[in-house]
Order: sequence, then structure tokens, then C-alpha cells
Amino acid sequence: MNTLQPRHLKRSTTHEQGRRVVNVVMLGLTGLMTLIALAPLAWILIEVLRRGSGALSVSFLTDTFKPTSLGGGGIWHALVGTGILIGLAAVFSVPVGILTAFYVSQHPNTTLGLAVRFGTDVLSGLPSIVVGLFVYTLVVRGQGYSALAGSLALAILMLPIVVRTTEEMLKLVPKSLREGSLALGAPEWKTSFSVLLPAAMTGVLTGLMLAVARVAGETAPLLFTALGSNNLSTALDKPIASLPLVLFKYAVDPSKVRNAQAWAIALIIVTLVLALNIGARLITLWRSKMLQ
Amino acid sequence: MLPSTSMRLPTGLALTSAVSDSVAVTAEHNLNTKMMLDRVSVLYNTFTAVADVNLPIYTNKISAIIGPSGCGKSTLLRALNRMNDLVPAARLKGAVSLDGEDIYAANVDVVEIRRRVGMVFQRPNPFPKSIYDNVAYGPRLYGDLKKADLDEMVERSLKRAALWSEVKDKLKQSGMALSGGQQQRLCIARAIAVEPEVILMDEPCSALDPVATLKIEELMQELKADYTIVIVTHNMQQAARVSDYTAMMMMRPDRAGEMIEFDVTTKMFTRPKDKRTEDYVTGRFG
Repeated sequence: MNTLQPRHLKRSTTHEQGRRVVNVVMLGLTGLMTLIALAPLAWILIEVLRRGSGALSVSFLTDTFKPTSLGGGGIWHALVGTGILIGLAAVFSVPVGILTAFYVSQHPNTTLGLAVRFGTDVLSGLPSIVVGLFVYTLVVRGQGYSALAGSLALAILMLPIVVRTTEEMLKLVPKSLREGSLALGAPEWKTSFSVLLPAAMTGVLTGLMLAVARVAGETAPLLFTALGSNNLSTALDKPIASLPLVLFKYAVDPSKVRNAQAWAIALIIVTLVLALNIGARLITLWRSKMLQ
Repeated sequence: MLPSTSMRLPTGLALTSAVSDSVAVTAEHNLNTKMMLDRVSVLYNTFTAVADVNLPIYTNKISAIIGPSGCGKSTLLRALNRMNDLVPAARLKGAVSLDGEDIYAANVDVVEIRRRVGMVFQRPNPFPKSIYDNVAYGPRLYGDLKKADLDEMVERSLKRAALWSEVKDKLKQSGMALSGGQQQRLCIARAIAVEPEVILMDEPCSALDPVATLKIEELMQELKADYTIVIVTHNMQQAARVSDYTAMMMMRPDRAGEMIEFDVTTKMFTRPKDKRTEDYVTGRFG
């Protein structure tokens, strides 16, 4: 064996060299492609930061709409509007989503269970403008543009994310906890709410954050539901402002002041989405540490 | 509820050796039968996991079910509080009675059965809640208790499970933060808190170190004054140490588990009737 080894090594040297070259080339290629894939993200972040930070100020956040002749004002009305839209959408989608997730996780192979799983997959791939059209036809045609209609559209977009993440998190809860509760004579629903949900809570929160991040920048479904407004409004039955709608309006405005403000809004939305994603990651990390 | 009377003979039944064992034991010791398994088979779809088991569970005694892995011990145990109901494919033939009443009868509330027949699992499974809330979980299910009553119930259960002195100053802490042995005693306290009549233990010490195991075994001896205990174990020394009666199970060639011998534990371990039992308890295989 020992006498054979040097000869064996020597003989394979040319093969080895060829393989090393291919290896280096492939590594370089995959690395390059990764950089190309990452480049747009980096570019967008840099551009948003560069162009958006100029118009950003405290008064920009706390002022409401003013004409450009008066300095252009701020986006407080849009911040409040987005807060209301997302908050309300969460109120609609979270209870429905969590209960659905319970059903699917406990009856995965029933007809309804399979239908729900397929349905949420389709729903999460649905273009948001279709959801907007749906709500427009169903609600806006009769009741007019409103915050309620806008949040309904966002809720439909959030629903599949809440269902799927909650379901995944419930699956991670050890089976023994469910058995432990049932063995004490607890009914199924009590087990779900008193043991399974608390155990999966951090995961459910993560899912909610990701769902919010997903809809925070949604514009298309809001165009013909929430409509947008220049006024500070908290009425649910009236049109309401939102960050992406204001961004869209300001971006196509001929005024340079408005264009700069659009970039500032972009910076705010990106920061929000980034913060939510990082928050969700941190919670997941903390959770996996807790379970170890 | 019928008072538990001495064991009645399963009707229309050919006396297998195991059954005649139990009849002899019952007569000899004048025992009360808390639960009775009458020709119990458990099937998963078409696969028979447990076949034709006849077994009396005596009041205020510790009964051990022993046998090699995969012979259906746990499946049999789970038939006693209908935990097998959670497996959609599982089906039970024969009858299991508690104080003479069939627990699989159509009008029986499974929640009520599980309240009367508690269970402790192989791996400690405290809820991710405080120690207090873990123990209070069961009592809270059964009506609105005053804070003072609940406090007392939690304290009594933890004392009964020999855990009180170790946790009385940290009742608000998570049950998950306790050691494995403490967690298992917490699970016993949790089971006791609903005041069951029977406690089923499914290899309760298999995840514990010897010191913690000893504690649980001592605890079982104290608990049998108030409860009827059934323990599944594949640790024969444990069965010999803690139990009053032992049922020996074995896998048939078709992989179905059957009970091959039932007797007073001391007899079973010194003068087993069945050659296979003898081989098993003397450590010749298994």
C-alpha cells in the first residue's frame, strides 16, 4: 500500500490539474453569477439611500400634504393611512389565517385540507391587481372607495402567507405536547389554543411580520380601492392615503420637489420592509436557540 | 358508577393460560379489578398490532407490562385511555372496561375517560408554560376554580409528586427549564392534579438517569395507595422492583403482540411458567 501510493499520486497529477482548473472556473462562474444576482438589490439600496435621504427630515414625517408652492409638506397622512390599512388587514387576515392553519395542520389529508393547501398556493401566486379588481367590483362599485376596501384587498394578499407560515410552525410543535394535553382530558380546541398556539406563537408572529412586509409596498390593489387622499383621514369609509400610492403620484409629478419626496418615501418603505424581515429572522433565530 | 367488584370472568372465552393465570391470581389474593381487558385486539388498518389480550388491572396495585420492543406494549397501554383514537387507522376489537363499564361504548365521553385514566409519557412533555400553569392546566379544564383552591390543588399535586420542595420558590418559571427527572415528576403532578383513578405510565424512566429513575420508582410506590398504576417498561429490573403484577408480551411470527403470561411479579421473575418468559427475564434475549 505504502509503496503504491506515491506512484498512484504521480499518475493522477495531470487529471488532478485539469480537475482543479475546471473547479476554479466553475467556482468563479457561480461566484460571478451570485454577484450579478445580488447587484440589482445593492444598486437599488444604494440609489434609494442616495436619492431618498435628501428630502428626508423630521417635518417630512410629521407634516401632512402641502402644495409645492408651500414647500410640499410631508407624508404624515400617508403614514397614518398605511398604518390603518395594514392594521385592519391584519385584523381581518390573522384570525381567519390561524384558524385555517389549525384545520389544515390537523386534517392534512381530508378533501378540504388539500383544497385549502392548493388554494393558498394559488392565492399567494395571484397578481395583486386581480385581487384589487375583485374588491373593486365587489365593494367599491356599491360602497365607493374606502380604507375598508383597501384593507380588504391587502387582507386577501396576506392570508396565504399567514396560513402557510402558521401551519409550518404548528407542524414544528412536538406531537407529545398535543398528546399530553389530550391525555389530561382537554378537548381538541382547548389543546389548540392553550398549548399549540402559545408554543407556535413566535413562529406565527414571524409569519405576520413577513405578511406585513409583503403588503407594505402593495400599490396596484390600492389604486382602485383605497384610492388615496391628500388629507389626513382615519375614517374607514372614506378614501385614505398610503405610502406606495403617494410614491406613485409624486414619482410621475413634473415637480422636482415631488420627485425627491418620492425617493424619500421609497427609502421609508424599503427600511420598513428590511426591518420587518430582519425582525422576523431574529425571532426565528431566538426561537431555535430556545428550543435547543 | 358501579362499585368495582372482584373480577368477573370474561364470558364465552376459551381459557388461555394467561387468563387462567389471572383468574387464579384474583381468587387467591381477593383483589378488586379496576380495569379489565377482554379479548382486546388493536389493528392498524389490516395489521394486527395487539392480538387477543386478556388482562385484569387490579385496584391500588402497580401492574407492569413487559416484553421486547415492538411487541405492542405501548399500543396496549394506549387502549386503556383511548389515546389510540388519535390514530385514524387504529381500530379496537374486544372490550376494555373501567369499573365494569365499557370505555369504548358508543355513549361514552372520551374526555371523561381520559380524566379518569391519566397518562405519563415516555419523554417528559411539560407544556411551554410556567410550572404552576402546567399543573393547573388540567383542573382549569374542569370548571372555574377560585385562585385559592387552585393554589392549594397545585401545591398538593406537586407535593404528591415529590417535587414541591424543589420548585416551590419558582412556580412562575417555565416547566421546560427543569431537569429531565424534575420534568417527568412535573408531568406526574400534572396528571395527578385532575384526580384520576388510574395512571398509565409509558416507559416513564427511559429518558432519565438512574438517580431520577429511582425517584420516580419511589414515587410510584407512594402513589399506589391512592391510584391504580399501569407501567410499560422494557427494563425488567424496573418491573421487578416496582410492580405487584406483571404481564409478559411477545411478538408472534405474524408480528402481532400477544400476552403470553400474567402473574404476581415475584412469581413471574422466580418461577416463570412459560419458557419464553424465563429466557426473557433471565436476560437470555431481548
